[in-house]
Amino acid sequence: MALGEELQIAQPVERAGLKKKIISPARLAGYLAMAVAVLVVGLPVYWTVAASFKEAREIYSIPPTWVPLRPTLANYPAAWAAAPFARYYLNSFITTLGGAACEVTMAITSAYALAYLRFPRKDLVFLLLLAALMVPVEITIVPNYLTIARLGWINSYQGIIIPGAAIAYGTFLLRQAFLGLPYEVIEAARVDGAGHLRTLWAVVMPMAQPAIVTMALLSLVAKWNDFLWPLIVTNTSDMRTLPIGIYWLRNSEGLTDWGVVMAGSLFLILPVMVAFLFAQKYIVEGIASGAVKG
Amino acid sequence: MTSVSPRTAGGSRRERREWLLFAALIGPNLALFAIFTYWPLLYNLYLSFVRWNFLRPRKPFVWLDNYIEVFTDTQFWIIALNTLTFTVCSVGLTLLIGLALALLINQPLRYRNAARAVLFSPVIMSGAVVAVVWSYIFDPRYGLLDQILGFVGASSPDWLGDPRWAMPAVILVYVWKNVGYAVVIYLAGLQGIPRELYDAARVDGAGAVDRFWHVTLPGLSPVAFFLSVTSLLACFQSFDIVKVLTDGGPAIATTTLIYHLYDLGFVSYDAGKAGVMAMVLFGVMLALTVIQLRYVEERVAYA
Repeated sequence: MALGEELQIAQPVERAGLKKKIISPARLAGYLAMAVAVLVVGLPVYWTVAASFKEAREIYSIPPTWVPLRPTLANYPAAWAAAPFARYYLNSFITTLGGAACEVTMAITSAYALAYLRFPRKDLVFLLLLAALMVPVEITIVPNYLTIARLGWINSYQGIIIPGAAIAYGTFLLRQAFLGLPYEVIEAARVDGAGHLRTLWAVVMPMAQPAIVTMALLSLVAKWNDFLWPLIVTNTSDMRTLPIGIYWLRNSEGLTDWGVVMAGSLFLILPVMVAFLFAQKYIVEGIASGAVKG
Repeated sequence: MTSVSPRTAGGSRRERREWLLFAALIGPNLALFAIFTYWPLLYNLYLSFVRWNFLRPRKPFVWLDNYIEVFTDTQFWIIALNTLTFTVCSVGLTLLIGLALALLINQPLRYRNAARAVLFSPVIMSGAVVAVVWSYIFDPRYGLLDQILGFVGASSPDWLGDPRWAMPAVILVYVWKNVGYAVVIYLAGLQGIPRELYDAARVDGAGAVDRFWHVTLPGLSPVAFFLSVTSLLACFQSFDIVKVLTDGGPAIATTTLIYHLYDLGFVSYDAGKAGVMAMVLFGVMLALTVIQLRYVEERVAYA
């Protein structure tokens, strides 16, 4: 992705000069402002982590403590026992991987068809797909609940996954990416006798890999955090995903033990943060590219 | 319609095969949209004209009764106003603070890549969990905010229990979670402004403030426009923070239209009024999108 280079913020030009110069007031103010911004965003996260290591007695002491006085790990097993977190993890993994796999597969195949295959009134088909962006998921919940109920899929993995399996925005992004590929290479593969599916698999997908990875990561994060639909379509504890599980843990545990609830919250945030640490470039660029290209 | 005359038998068959493949590749995606996006839209329209509680076998047709009941209920207008307040304040603050932070991080400061990562991290956190964490921070006795306000001698209001403070609290959490998105988009826009424009302005004797007004802001206009539209639509649809933080309360102080739709459907089991609410929301989405398309055509100067 060409955008990648643009987005990488260049290192300070005069790095050598920087050390010699006395830091100017403007620069100092810049660092100060940056520190404040990072602090404001980071403090709630720190507060969560700190509370997860505090004993209940300490959490309910006034004034609250900034650093756990007697750090304890007890909240983690306590949270794990307070709700069936092993089951929540399993449910979240299945619905996230299943949902994202559906979205990515459909985005790739649809984008290939739209970019390279002939079909009468293809523009209309594309429009029909894009128009779905205008219908927010939230307004479909009642009819979809009825549909899923009629299929007997309430409280099932397919009930959580299938209504959100189609994808418009990702199709749009990948179609752009596919159209940006050098057409000669694709034509050469076709001339060599490769069928469309083989061309897609062996030529187009490897060349468009950065765009596909970005799209997949955004899809994974969205499915992992999904709240409204799993909340509606599950009705027993053993089918809840992590966000729903933590919501219920807070509601039941609520005013008794924040330490346990914060530990449970970290169960959910941690995998996303680890993924972000490794894939920051893809995620941030993917989000920015929508603005600059789209 | 383009009529496809069979030029040669072989060419036609190949074309036909390509059509079939096209249909096979895009079919599942379209079929799912038909079932789970377009059909619900039509079904909501139907539901909005009937009275139904999800259980009764019959759905009596009541014409516009649901619409009349919804629109003559003052509650609806309070909720509409709540939605306006929430959306305008959240988006406005996100765009302004985001711009300031993006301009800051665009300076040649050290550690700014790390700062950008920290600012962005809440964007990919679950809204539900962010709200759970903040409900602890807002705790008037044991929370972080009370502690911080204590430094300046103020005492914390009962953020989530006081109807005057609940909406500001929801807005605060929304902005905290989403400002990093604006920063990343603005930064992409700032990187796209040609350096020569700044050099030219400098040669013409423009100071830092002039350069900001005459080079940076116009250069950012397409990105800022994209950002305001996407933020507006996203904010308008946001559900998880309100649901987890306040459950729309106290009373209906933080109930938004989306939350109201959920409430009507899955708490009051009033499918007809939920259908009305869905049509209202779709109408607003449609209007926003049309305005966006108009505006893009007319005003925004793309480089």
